[in-house]
Amino acid sequence: MDTTAFRRGARDAVPLLLGIVPFGLVAGIAAVNAGFGLPMAVGLSVVVFAGASQIAALELLGQNAPLSVVVVTAVVINLRYLMYSASIAPYFREFSARWKAVLAYVLTDQAYAISVASYRSDRPVDRKWYYLGAAVTLWAVWQVTTIAGALLGTGVPDAWGLEFAIPLVFLAILVPAIEDRASAVAAVVGGSLAVLGAGLPLNLGLLVGSGVGITAGVLTESLAEGTDGD
Amino acid sequence: MATSYDPAALVAAVALAGVLTYACRLSFIALFGRLEEIPPGVERLLRFVPAAVLAALVLPSFVTLDAANFATDKFVAGALAAGVAWKTENVFATMATGMGVLWAIRLLLSAGV
Repeated sequence: MDTTAFRRGARDAVPLLLGIVPFGLVAGIAAVNAGFGLPMAVGLSVVVFAGASQIAALELLGQNAPLSVVVVTAVVINLRYLMYSASIAPYFREFSARWKAVLAYVLTDQAYAISVASYRSDRPVDRKWYYLGAAVTLWAVWQVTTIAGALLGTGVPDAWGLEFAIPLVFLAILVPAIEDRASAVAAVVGGSLAVLGAGLPLNLGLLVGSGVGITAGVLTESLAEGTDGD
Repeated sequence: MATSYDPAALVAAVALAGVLTYACRLSFIALFGRLEEIPPGVERLLRFVPAAVLAALVLPSFVTLDAANFATDKFVAGALAAGVAWKTENVFATMATGMGVLWAIRLLLSAGV
């Protein structure tokens, strides 16, 4: 084990905890509100380990939506992990199948963003242990705060607007991902379509926005290359 | 609202969502070990994933076209936080701005200003 790399990864994850803590609390509170006991609330956080989908699933369960709709919604929100998985896969290629199975389990928006940013920078780092330092820290804090939220239950007043911390975390990792005109186009198109499609069932606005945003980024890049080349 | 589903049904739903989510996470990490190179087209697509997906997650929390549910406090707080994120690229400053502005607006509104 490379403890230096592990610690460095954990340290780089610390600023993101400011977003994870309220996020986890909200997920725990949502579980209790949906009628989950503590063991089920913890089970959800350990088994699914994906905040946005947990909260969406809990909302639907509270409304007694069909279980198929609950599962499909959770999975649709988590389809973005396919893309993170593909993006980070080249950096994990040399590891054993068993390690890959472990690394995949703790893959999150934040662990992905921190690690890929670090791998792309010039400073050398032990990839596996740096990633684990960040991802395991995020995992542990997620579990602890979900439990805390479930124990607090409905004791946190709505007026605090804790759930607003969730998009703020995503915002803080979105901005550095906009590094040129093409990625800015991807973000603007993706975000705008998601707003337009916010009323669609099954969170389709998120999926459509993401898909079309990515396409718009690729097209912008191709057009720019075409102009430069000719 | 509390769900009316019995625990066995909830366990099954959580397990299924968990397995499918894990499958998404593992997919390409497991697959690329068997591929020599990522196809350049795929790599090109992936470059735009974080910007597009994160923006699609974030923006609907700050803006809605549904006039009845438009929340001025969230819109203003989100816009200012985005400005701070842009200038500083600092997670703490972004969070502090967003939550601080949200609370300030709510406080002012509840004080009747």
